[in-house]
Parts: sequence; C-alpha cells; structure tokens
Amino acid sequence: MKVVRASEALASPASQAGLETDLQLYYWMKLVRAFEERVSRLHRQNKIFGGVYSGAGQEAIVTGVCASLEPGDVVFPLHRDLGVFLLRGADPGRLMAQLMGKEAGFSRGKDSFLHAGDVEHGVFGSTSMLGSSLPVAVGAALKFQLKRESHIAVAFFGEGTSSRGDVHEAMNFAGVRKLPVLFVCENNRYAYSTPIEKQMAIENVADRAQAYGFRGHVCPGNDLLAVLQLSRSVISRIRGGDGPALIECKTYRYHGHSEHDPALYRSKEELVAWESRDPIQTYELYLEKKGHDLLAVRERTEQQVQAVVQQAVEFAEQSPYPPPQDALTDLYATPAGRSSAR
Amino acid sequence: MEVTYLKAINQALFEEMRRDENVLVIGEDVAELGGAFKVTEGLLEAFGPDRVIDTPIAESLIVGAGVGAAVLGMRPVLEMQFADFISCAFDQIVNMAATMRYRHGGQVACPLVVRAPSGAGVHGALFHSQNPEAWFTRVPGLKVVTPATAYDAKGLLKSAIRDDDPVIYFEHKRLYRSVKEDLPEGDFLTPIGVAEVKREGRDVSVITYGGTLHYSLDAARIADKEDGLSVEVLDLRTLLPLDREAIIATAKKTGKVLIVHEDRLTGGIGGEVSAIIAEHAFEYLDGPVVRLAMADTHNPFSPPLEAFALPDTDKILKAVRRLAAY
Repeated sequence: MKVVRASEALASPASQAGLETDLQLYYWMKLVRAFEERVSRLHRQNKIFGGVYSGAGQEAIVTGVCASLEPGDVVFPLHRDLGVFLLRGADPGRLMAQLMGKEAGFSRGKDSFLHAGDVEHGVFGSTSMLGSSLPVAVGAALKFQLKRESHIAVAFFGEGTSSRGDVHEAMNFAGVRKLPVLFVCENNRYAYSTPIEKQMAIENVADRAQAYGFRGHVCPGNDLLAVLQLSRSVISRIRGGDGPALIECKTYRYHGHSEHDPALYRSKEELVAWESRDPIQTYELYLEKKGHDLLAVRERTEQQVQAVVQQAVEFAEQSPYPPPQDALTDLYATPAGRSSAR
Repeated sequence: MEVTYLKAINQALFEEMRRDENVLVIGEDVAELGGAFKVTEGLLEAFGPDRVIDTPIAESLIVGAGVGAAVLGMRPVLEMQFADFISCAFDQIVNMAATMRYRHGGQVACPLVVRAPSGAGVHGALFHSQNPEAWFTRVPGLKVVTPATAYDAKGLLKSAIRDDDPVIYFEHKRLYRSVKEDLPEGDFLTPIGVAEVKREGRDVSVITYGGTLHYSLDAARIADKEDGLSVEVLDLRTLLPLDREAIIATAKKTGKVLIVHEDRLTGGIGGEVSAIIAEHAFEYLDGPVVRLAMADTHNPFSPPLEAFALPDTDKILKAVRRLAAY
C-alpha cells in the first residue's frame, strides 16, 4: 500500500470509497505509536537523553486533526505531539536525529525534542514556556487574514497549559479579529502531577471559547472518527471565514509526564480504564466492522511501521553530531557590525 | 529642513511601509489615535487597516503574534506603548523571538522590530521612565539599538526594519521634540552594530548612548571652553552587538574613559564596556574606567528626587574634570 501524507489521503479519489482512507489513518496512528514507543525504549537505553515526553494513548487527536489539514496550513505542536511531525510529512530519520541531537535533526543539534519545527512542512517548534506558542499561532493566522489566504493555523495545548496568561491573550485577540486559527486542547486530566481539579474550576476548557466570542467543542479524544469528523467540519468553517474555534479532546496519557516520571500520583485503575478505550484498538473495531481482515491488516501495518521506525533509527544512529563550534551558529540571519563575520 | 526626532521615526515608518508591503505596524492605539505620542500619526490613513493594527492591551500577544507573522514572511513593527511595559512581553522576546532561528537550526528567520519609548526626565515616575535595555543586551539572537539623534532615529529604524533578526528599538521619549536636526533627502541607513564618534577629542573619552548623549556633548563643549579640555564623545548607538572596535579605539586614543548612561549603574551596559576596555586596552589607560549612571534606585516621581537620581550635564562635567585631573 502506497503511503501518502495524511491530509492527501483524504483528498485522493480513493478516499471516496473510504477503504483507502481507513487504512491510511490506521497506518498513521500505528506509526505514531510505534515511533514513540521506540523513542521511549531508546531513552531507557540512554541513546536518547534529556527530556522525552510520550504521547502514547493520544494518537487519535494528532491523526484526526492533521488528516483534516491542507498543505499550506501551519501547525504549532507541543511536547506531546511528536505525531504532528510525522503526519505533516517530516522525514522520520531527521526526526529521530533531532531527538538524538545530531546535525541532521531539525535543530541541527541546537535544541532538544520538539522545540524545533519542520518549517518546510509548516510545523513550528515551541518553547518550554507552555502557552507561548498560542500567540505565535494567532500571528500566523493574522498573516493569512491580512493576505487573504485560505490557510489556517493550528495550536495544540493541554488543559494545564490553558491556565497560562498567553492562552487568554491569544484567544481574546483571535476572537476579536475572527482569525483563522484552530485551538486544539488535549485534555489528559493531568499536568505533570496536577490533576484537573487543581488546574481549573470548570469541567471543560471548551466552555471558555464562548467567553472569547467563538465556539468550543468537546470531543472523545480516543475516537479517531469523532475527532476526524469534528475537525473536518470545524476547519471548513474556519476556512470559510467563520473565525476561530476550539476543539477539546478528552484523553489520557499512558506514560508519566516525562519518561523519568513513574506517575505515582495516578491510580492503576484509572490507567486500566483508559487503556480499555485505546484509540488504536477502538479504531480496529471499526475496521473490522467495515469488512477489513483485521488480523492481516494489523500484521501488515505493524511490519510497515516497524520498518519505517527501524530505518529512522539506523539513519539517526549513523548520523554525525554537529561540530562543537556549531554552538555559536544560527543565532542571526543578518550579520551586523563592522566585521559581519556571523 | 529641520525634523524632530519624533518626526524622523514617523518618516522612517512611512518610507519603509511604502518600500515593502510586508511591513506592518501593530500595537495599542497605533492606528486610530496615531500613537500615544503621535509617532504613528498618518499611517492608518496612508496604508489602511490591513497594515496598521490596533490591538487589545496584551503585550505578550503583540510580540508573540509578531513572531508568528514574521516567520511567515511579514515584517511587523510592534509597539510597546511605554518601554516599561516590555516586561509583559519579556518571555516572548527572550525565549520565543530570540531563539526562533537558533532552535530551528537556521530554517527560519524572525524579522521583527519592537519599538519601545524609554527614558526618564519627563515626570513619568516608576513605570513611564524606565530604560530597560540591559535586560536584553545579554540575549543572543536579539539586536538592541538606542538612537540619540534624529538622523540615527530614522537611519536605525530603517535598518532595523530591513534586518532579518528581532531588533529591540529603544526610542528616548524625552528626545522626541527636544532634538531637531536637518536631515538629508532620500534614503539613508544607520548600520546596526556600529558606534559613532559624535565629537572628536584627545584627552578624555565619554562613551554613551540614548538619553545622555546630548548632556555629554554639552559637557564636552563646556570643558573645552572653560578648561581647554579636548573631550571625545562616542555614541554607541547599538548595544547589542556592541562595537568593540570603536570602544577599544577611543580608550586607546585618550587613555581616560568615562561611561555615561541613563540606565542604572549596577548591571547597566557600562559594566560590559568597562570590562572590554580593561581586557583589551589595559596598557593604554592613564586612569580608572569610570561609570556615571542613574542611581541604583527606581525612577522617582517628585522632581528633586528624580533630579538627584539621574545623570545630567553638570554631573558629567564634574566627572570629566575629575578624570582629566587623575
């Protein structure tokens, strides 16, 4: 099966039949899961170091949203959205090299994890100051509005991040100007060890959208079809000039906040309950109902994604580190001063 | 024709917006009102609401949105209504804008300008008088400029707008209407990162910028007239990157250096300039490197308190004489 970018899958004629698209989406969720599982394993082996943040359990959200986008759209993922890179067409080898601090990574070794973007594919990296990417996404949407372009900006954030002032400032401005921006909240009920009851006084982040003059929608984040359907309809309205929207996907992270975190502040029962609603398993039931040979599809797809991941790991492991003096490069685009040596 | 420092900034904005349709002006009260000080007057009428944009009171959003537009090819000129409010956008400047290119491995540039009216001596008290440049001069990825003349106000803003990196442009509000010069016709640029000797001399060097340039020039004139002292005045113009060559050259030339700035003494750029001289011109020195700056206090309101805290021509003259006699 030829694999195409998630967003192209939906545009292709084969998507009318539905079958091709079904399997494409399954492939992407499986790839995101496999890639992240491998990253966790490499971290345990000390081959990937520093902060590693797994999005395992949340794959349906990045997949459903990104599959609804078009090539010119821009995305601002946060630390648990590694899948965004893959879904937007980033080279898996370069992504793995990025995590290993190699020169071939998107940062060329400068920053860790997902703080770099894949600009060629419209993905921009954020900082560790959670929420700071939302004003930037709003600025991108402002550019699209001023230039009368039909693209949209998408910002991912968690329910914890929603407490930050930047989120308020961004949403307020987006609402005032009816900017073409989609805010996607991945509510996994915990911000590190802080449970949602300590984070906010209300139940749904989406309920705040109304206060900013636009619509908020709550969605079961582990149901790919629900995320997909909602994303498509919301995004088409944004593109039609309706203004911003907020999608809040209820979900759960299987791992701790970071790979260092055993997440002892959560109960085993809670984790097991959410595992029984695993997004990939849930989607497999749908594939079966649609008449696919699930065992064959699963095995074939597993082989495919493992091959991609393995190739990425081999590329990254063989990739050189940047030269030490590169610590001083890429600070400026325009050399300044008498000796424009930079 | 005589042009005020303020009008020079306004002209730079007009010219750059005409030259490049991607230049935007974004901030509080910049469009309809033409700016709290009238710096952006006339821009909305000339260029329309798609180029000149009024925002809510949200400095962090103003800079963050500027970053978002800039990485997609726009050239936003973002205004902090008073430089004091730049603290509200601190994270977006130092952690988002300044690191954009670095952490993306050079894939992207962030060509924005943050204009910030700074400076004391206008009864502004704590939050309408600050000179916050030193918070930013230690951040690689940024450029920081501080024009003191109408010529440099225009030339540096044009350079800043054409520059592909984030530039923090501190315009001194006390100079808006008090500084008036004849400006040349046509396009001219002041290069970023290049200091300028505003007055040549042999006996003592005064290294300064921004709000204290004109006080320094006045002190130099009096010292010449009354004491026969030949005082060189170096206008830094850019604080990041510092023009190390010019700093070292003037120190070697006179051997006696007085650094003057309206920013506070401790932690001000004067410390950095002193260290450069101590390391690279030590053997040429005939006296200690001295700094004269605002006292280590907040900007007080009551006139006698403010006058006590700030440098002025008289204090500079006293310090020049003391150093000359060393």
